[in-house]
Amino acid sequence: MDEVKVIELKKSVFEANDRNADNLRTELKQRGVYLLNLMSAPGSGKTTTLIQTINRLKDKIRIAVMEADIDSDVDAIKIKEATGVESIQLHTGGMCHLDAEMTRQGLAGIQDSKIQKFKDEPYDLVILENVGNLVCPAEFDTGAVRNAMILSVPEGHDKPLKYPLMFTVCDVVVINKIDVLPYFDFDLEKCKEYIHMRNPKAIVIPVCAKTGEGIDQFAEWLLTEVKKWKK
Amino acid sequence: MHELGIVFYIIRDVKQAAEENNVEHVSTVVMNIGEVSTIVPEYLTDCWRWAADKEELLKGCELKIEPIPAVTHCDGCGKDYPTVAHGKICPHCGSPDTWLKQGREVEIKELLVR
Repeated sequence: MDEVKVIELKKSVFEANDRNADNLRTELKQRGVYLLNLMSAPGSGKTTTLIQTINRLKDKIRIAVMEADIDSDVDAIKIKEATGVESIQLHTGGMCHLDAEMTRQGLAGIQDSKIQKFKDEPYDLVILENVGNLVCPAEFDTGAVRNAMILSVPEGHDKPLKYPLMFTVCDVVVINKIDVLPYFDFDLEKCKEYIHMRNPKAIVIPVCAKTGEGIDQFAEWLLTEVKKWKK
Repeated sequence: MHELGIVFYIIRDVKQAAEENNVEHVSTVVMNIGEVSTIVPEYLTDCWRWAADKEELLKGCELKIEPIPAVTHCDGCGKDYPTVAHGKICPHCGSPDTWLKQGREVEIKELLVR
């Protein structure tokens, strides 16, 4: 009989990704590039919110966007057409999330683009629009400086209770589509209470990406963050 | 939902460990999976079968899952309680001042090789 040999590992499968993400953050700090990881469910208005935000900031700082989706490049094209900033599409090849390695490859993709040489003339802000999903992206550190998420009114105010990890890892929660509040049983105060149960430090910003209401506050937060990171 | 991604991570780590130990085939990979890790064990083993059989090193290799119960500790009264049954509020004293002691593990415990 063959003898069975045991090799003990005792190793978290997230360990390598967490290390990779920390290294990426350090490199970005040295280059003065602020990376924001933006997450949400599909259809919450991530792309529209981004367009509004970028249009308020693009004359003040250099911005690029990485759109992550399982397939298609509709979002990248939409961003480029509506704002004029550099936007690339990442395909996750069927995966439900991005990890630090994929993010690193995406950043290298911006570097290769003909429009601007990332290395010589770095962007101040790169926004990663993660795959639309409230579960998996929360598990994987992308190497971003901050995590933000968008929750839209039609999704309901109980989402922080149902997807606890997502709301625990986010520094900012943008509540979108507040123009339709009268038509839904969405309790804004309850929602804030649930978010703060998960993360007492989370900043909550109600907006309407369609009319632009509240976007100034989100843009202002982002600009302050970028300036702090560059110091 | 992200079990396939996790499987790719496991394969990468197992390959590395096999190389370091000069192993040509692994017969079993033992995982510690926490009760509130958001991993569905059946999905993980299904994804494993599909992906592992594509690797010479892991053909037919079994993925064995040892569950770890979720336990929360209460700073209010100092007691532990099962997380899944009671959530964030301590059933002993009613305090919300609690934290997860164990149960989020997604860990490769050991490899069995012949």
